Amino acid sequence: MKDIQPRVVYAGHKDDHNYTLRSYITGFILSITLTLTAFLLVDGHVFARRFLIAGVAALALTQFIVQMLFFLHLGRESKPRWKLLVMCFMILIVLILVFGSIWIMYNLNYRMTPQQINAYMQNQSGGI
Amino acid sequence: MSEVLPIAEKISRREEKLESDDRAVFGFWIYIMTDCVLFASLFAVYAVLHNNTFGGPAGKQLFSLPYALGETFILLTSSFTCGLAVLAAQRRNKNQVLFWFGLTFLLGLSFLGMEIHEFRDLVLSGNSWRRSGFLSAFFTLVGTHGLHITIGLLWMGVVMMQIVKRGLSRGNIRRLTLLSLFWHFLDIVWIFIFSIVYLLGAV
Repeated sequence: MKDIQPRVVYAGHKDDHNYTLRSYITGFILSITLTLTAFLLVDGHVFARRFLIAGVAALALTQFIVQMLFFLHLGRESKPRWKLLVMCFMILIVLILVFGSIWIMYNLNYRMTPQQINAYMQNQSGGI
Repeated sequence: MSEVLPIAEKISRREEKLESDDRAVFGFWIYIMTDCVLFASLFAVYAVLHNNTFGGPAGKQLFSLPYALGETFILLTSSFTCGLAVLAAQRRNKNQVLFWFGLTFLLGLSFLGMEIHEFRDLVLSGNSWRRSGFLSAFFTLVGTHGLHITIGLLWMGVVMMQIVKRGLSRGNIRRLTLLSLFWHFLDIVWIFIFSIVYLLGAV
């Protein structure tokens, strides 16, 4: 008789319940700790500005991974890992979108002199 | 009639049903990923505009960090209780499912209340979305998240009513599984809002 294996973690499957409870509790405690750490770092101004920014970003990314693993159980997906693949593609698009926008807009600000900006504004409001 | 069916056919039918549920989860997962791209574009807008305060106040003067931390903890706890509701559904314990979903609903509602209160204070003090590019981007980003929370709460109310009426049927278990994915996803988006808008705004 063929055994029916659950493909994804799904509430309809009664598989190893204890593991999932433990994973939710671990995820919850880790998330609370990470959030509180980030808050205390910023609230106390523990580091210089650029290190604070890097620290908060690193803690947010860590929490993203923690919640993906412990709340959404991405690590328990059986092969082929379609959900993981789709997520990797999403992350690629998000990185291009966010850092591409910041890059372009920064360059635009950098390359425009105040005279150019004034000339542009006059052209726009002149109407001719 | 079902006794007459050969065992192999029964199993293949069951497998088909399981597969269709898996497909529903996967399809919903793809929707969530596209929603991430929507939020990413709003984050990009915020990143570009966050210095354009037009002589008005910046995030440092406007946001209260402990207040935002409270919101974060409430949403995080609701994500956890939502997971407990899914576990209760695995054990087919209807009352526990309703209890944990009820708790998740109340936590989500109080999060939404805190957010509306914050928006109200900002607008009443003259710092609405019309004040500056920074505030337009802020209200769009956080407001879109709040809208998602509102939709999630409505959905949760409907699912709870369905469970009360029809119990933990196959369809209801599929609904609550998809809902829990949505709710966890909203919590993850909020982590980035808390880190980028509130924490980095105060650095």
